Amino acid sequence: MDTLLNSPMIKKMSSLHVVIAILFISTLYVTVCNLFFAEGSALHVSDYTVSLLGKYLCYALLALAVDLVWGYCGILSLGHGAFFALGGYAMGMYLMRQIGDRGVYGNPELPDFMVFLNWTEIPWYWAGSDNALVMILLVFAGPGLLAYIFGTLAFRSRVSGVYLSIMTQAMTYALLLSFFRNEMGFGGNNGLTDFKELFGFSLQSPTTKLALFVATAVVLAIGYGISHFIVNSKMGRVVTAIRDSESRVRFVGYKPEHYKVWIFVVSAMLAGVAGALYVPQVGIINPGEFSPLNSIEIVIWVAIGGRGTLYGALVGAIVVSYAKTRFTAIMPEAWLFGLGGLFVLVTLLLPKGLAGLVTNLMDKLDPPSQGKQSDIENTPPVAENK
Amino acid sequence: MLRLFPFLFFFVLSLPVFAAEDDVQGESELISLVGQLPSTKLNKLSSLIEQIADTSAPQVRAILEPLMAGDLYYLKANKQVVSVSEDTNNQYQLIDVLSNEALPTVSKSAIKKVRTNNRLRGQIRDLLANLDLTSDQVDVRISALKLLLDKPNKAAITAVNKLIKTEQDSEARDLMSAILLVEQLENGNDAEKLSAAKQLSNRLEPSVKNALVSQLQKIPGSQQGGSLKAELSNAIDDIEQQISVFKLVENLFFGLSLGSVLLLAAIGLAITFGVMGVINMAHGEMMMLGAYTTYVIQQTFPSLIEYSLLMAVPAAFLVSGFVGILIERGVIRFLKGRPLETLLATFGISLILQQLVRTVFSPLNRQVEAPLWMSGSLEINPVLSITYNRLYIIIFSLMVFFSLLMILKRSSLGLHVRAVSQNRDMARALSVKSSWVDAITFGLGSGIAGVAGVALSQLTNVGPNLGQAYIIDSFLVVVFGGVGNLWGTLVAAMTMGTFNKILEPSMGPVLANIIVLVSLVLFIQKRPKGLFPQKGRAAE
Amino acid sequence: MIVNKHGSPLYSTENLNPDTRHGMILYVEDVSVSFDGFKALNDLNLYIGDGELRCLIGANGAGKTTLMDVITGKTRPDTGKVSFGQQIDLLELDESEIARAGIGRKFQKPTVFEALTVFENLELSLSGDKGILTSLFHKLSGEQKNKIDEVLETIGLIAERYYPAGRLSHGQKQWLEIGMLLAAEPRLLLVDEPVTGMTTQETERTAELLTSLAGKHSVVVVEHDMAFVRSIARKVTVLHQGTVLAEGSMDEVQANKQVREVYLGEEQD
Repeated sequence: MDTLLNSPMIKKMSSLHVVIAILFISTLYVTVCNLFFAEGSALHVSDYTVSLLGKYLCYALLALAVDLVWGYCGILSLGHGAFFALGGYAMGMYLMRQIGDRGVYGNPELPDFMVFLNWTEIPWYWAGSDNALVMILLVFAGPGLLAYIFGTLAFRSRVSGVYLSIMTQAMTYALLLSFFRNEMGFGGNNGLTDFKELFGFSLQSPTTKLALFVATAVVLAIGYGISHFIVNSKMGRVVTAIRDSESRVRFVGYKPEHYKVWIFVVSAMLAGVAGALYVPQVGIINPGEFSPLNSIEIVIWVAIGGRGTLYGALVGAIVVSYAKTRFTAIMPEAWLFGLGGLFVLVTLLLPKGLAGLVTNLMDKLDPPSQGKQSDIENTPPVAENK
Repeated sequence: MLRLFPFLFFFVLSLPVFAAEDDVQGESELISLVGQLPSTKLNKLSSLIEQIADTSAPQVRAILEPLMAGDLYYLKANKQVVSVSEDTNNQYQLIDVLSNEALPTVSKSAIKKVRTNNRLRGQIRDLLANLDLTSDQVDVRISALKLLLDKPNKAAITAVNKLIKTEQDSEARDLMSAILLVEQLENGNDAEKLSAAKQLSNRLEPSVKNALVSQLQKIPGSQQGGSLKAELSNAIDDIEQQISVFKLVENLFFGLSLGSVLLLAAIGLAITFGVMGVINMAHGEMMMLGAYTTYVIQQTFPSLIEYSLLMAVPAAFLVSGFVGILIERGVIRFLKGRPLETLLATFGISLILQQLVRTVFSPLNRQVEAPLWMSGSLEINPVLSITYNRLYIIIFSLMVFFSLLMILKRSSLGLHVRAVSQNRDMARALSVKSSWVDAITFGLGSGIAGVAGVALSQLTNVGPNLGQAYIIDSFLVVVFGGVGNLWGTLVAAMTMGTFNKILEPSMGPVLANIIVLVSLVLFIQKRPKGLFPQKGRAAE
Repeated sequence: MIVNKHGSPLYSTENLNPDTRHGMILYVEDVSVSFDGFKALNDLNLYIGDGELRCLIGANGAGKTTLMDVITGKTRPDTGKVSFGQQIDLLELDESEIARAGIGRKFQKPTVFEALTVFENLELSLSGDKGILTSLFHKLSGEQKNKIDEVLETIGLIAERYYPAGRLSHGQKQWLEIGMLLAAEPRLLLVDEPVTGMTTQETERTAELLTSLAGKHSVVVVEHDMAFVRSIARKVTVLHQGTVLAEGSMDEVQANKQVREVYLGEEQD
């Protein structure tokens, strides 16, 4: 019996360790190749690639967030882009204030777009945005608060399934419209851009870019660790139970709405952090990030990687983003065909995503014996709430 | 010139020919006056023109209009005054202004222009307007009066003073009295002003209000003339109140028309989502296909624009319906009972369809023309006019709605659809071919979306993103109304449209849209089953 | 007694304990429920004694499941009172609060958490703090492990303990659901058609189990299988068209003329 208990335990531990180890090794590899191999060397990793990889890691963190709510709790959020964007805007506000008088209008107090709108003073909600601590707080609090309010309202009144998905989409759509308005005070159409430096380091310098990449990798590892802890705790099992049969969970004495709000908030915060790391690496945040299409793209990353497996989300995000980079460079029109096709094919033929393929393969190599503990990550085709 | 010609021609034809015989005296006077045109100097022309107008001969318009447009010439040879109707390769088609007879074409060197200047053109315009006041046609009189109300001139007002006694048409008489009252308000003594203000308080024309406001401003704040001041501001208040009522009516109308658009967009979804329970994110693209079908039909039959919409409705129904059936057979039926997966797969389909349209037609918006009967508007009063396209869309959406209701209630297809949606296994046991019913129902929902697209092509830009703009709204309409309840969809669409348009004037379209979205989200969270929920154990 | 009915979302401690000093654990009084004009329950009155084993019988549509729904908070009655012990007004609580107060339910269609293992299903069902933070940092105590082992033994699923519940047979799922009830140690068990899909042997075992539970727990069983009802019932309540038609021992009920007409009459010929 002990071996039965222990062997899957080891298996579970190792999935965390493997992911962290891969992350660590590849980060180290990229760092070394970027710093110590000259341009032209076969081993050199260009600054451009470093930025690109940093971007992918942000997407991976975002996918992790979506997987947490969708893969484990059955909440298909079509609005996670909103949390990502809010985190990004929190960072963007800070970066805007760091520009100081180096903007086009040279106003030391007001960001350029406010000068352009003839505003004379900084709006109240921008107060403190020049403080790094406030920024970090906002990165968590902005998305967290929105998720809390939305989640409390939705889950308490037991809105679930497709209805919830559509409402999350409406939420991000409403935010998209709002942020397009100049009166919102977030730069309207153009968003926030022309950033100069972060914590005093120039955003143009290759070293800062590398540092941002490394920081993203570290944060991703931490995020992965937290998610892993959550899904393997009893809390994770309650959440999985909610996904499979919410009403039954209620009759066992848990309050699904509390659990759902909690996991939704944690997930939103992860998404917000991803957004905050993303903005300095791409140098811009604009309302386009709120567009429903973006949120749906995240979902397809997770679906392709394999929802209900944390590593699947990472793999899906990175693979699809890489494919997108390549495709849009070679034949831009084909990308939407490809993306659309992926949605259809994955849902029809690969409901468990790439991770499902891997587990199937492993099951074939090592058929499950009687009484072996199933990995919690090996989920059946997800039962959904009607 | 080319554009003016048909109008002129029409006008000339419509002149009562025999009327001229009663007035031989005027006729000969006119001939002599017209004969003077070629020789009169520019600075004397003004009084000559006035004299011509005063003859009130039927040909006056045929003379003055070309003169104003710079198309009045005389033949160098015999000083015959002519208007030029067409010139091609320096060959001029001439018409004798007095007899309205066509003359042989001549080259440019044979004719010379009767010259005018801006001041004269202005004078002619006024003269023509006054001429319209006495026109036989009520429409012409009314539009001339409206023009006069906006831009009063002394001579015309004097004319109106006379004409009001003989005017038969009540609307024209009303306008006349308004013109005179405004005149009285501006130039009368205090007592006259007072009574004019009182009587004008039920006029909605903007120039009446402006006249009142400017009178009010003329009264210095310190002066006692209290009663006039009070009367003026009373009248203004009255007018503003009436205007705001009509604005509200107008907004309601706009709201209903937006509601009809939402209804059209949501009806198809009410079937696929509401009755069948299938989430079709490509629903918007079905509308887009309908709109593009309209475009293709107009391109194929460019001479039949007037009938293009009538042709497009069945065509769009078939195109979208067919694509819908393909989607159902090819994808959706494999995902039965997995709503979230259906949502994702159909979303993928929507991306593919958008890109397909981009590749085939170009990413740019296409121009779909409006048939003549769709353009123009029905003017109810000076502040309220109803455009025909909106009116037709309201009617059209209700027609679609009720025919669908009939199909579901009365036809055997409807019976089968309802049977399958309520209890699939039981229906199958009763030998209803549930898979066939699914495909047809889905095709029906998609086809109706295509029909909605035809209507949308008249309201918005036809482009690859047309559908996306409506998909969230349509889902919210269906959910708001209560899933599976067609009447709920109707009420929800109209409520949403009206709410939106009533908010719009005070907060702008974007904010209104946001507020509607947010309040809907809140509403759904309060009542997840919508306005008209289905009750009972079966509903869970 | 002050009842903090909501508790904190993070820690929700057990503070609901039914007051059974009058010997009654469940009071259902004048309860009516209607769906779109159809009266599923009609002025129904039912009292369950502490430690009692009660069988509910009645034709389809008699209101048995609706009654269960009302007691467990799934359906709100239009009128009437439902209280657990003397003081806990069940109508003020939601499903999870009612479950935490000590009412467990086994559904007609077995519902277990298919993605979780048998062990995990039982672990989630254990009585105790069901708040979020507790769950997040929860470690099974030795005592709890023993409890789970004990339940596994009772329901005969020791070998399948690490099977995902989704892979169990129908009968095993029935047992697992009963096990989940046992792990929760409720004061009142509501058991809806426990023996459907079970073999005769299993049915006997179930009967044995339910009888042994009575005394320590109060049990209400809804069942169509008359032989089964006869084998366990001390007191039977017959529902008809949303009201109680008759109540008493199996023999008394069978002797009741009305009952014979509307229900047993159909059964016996």
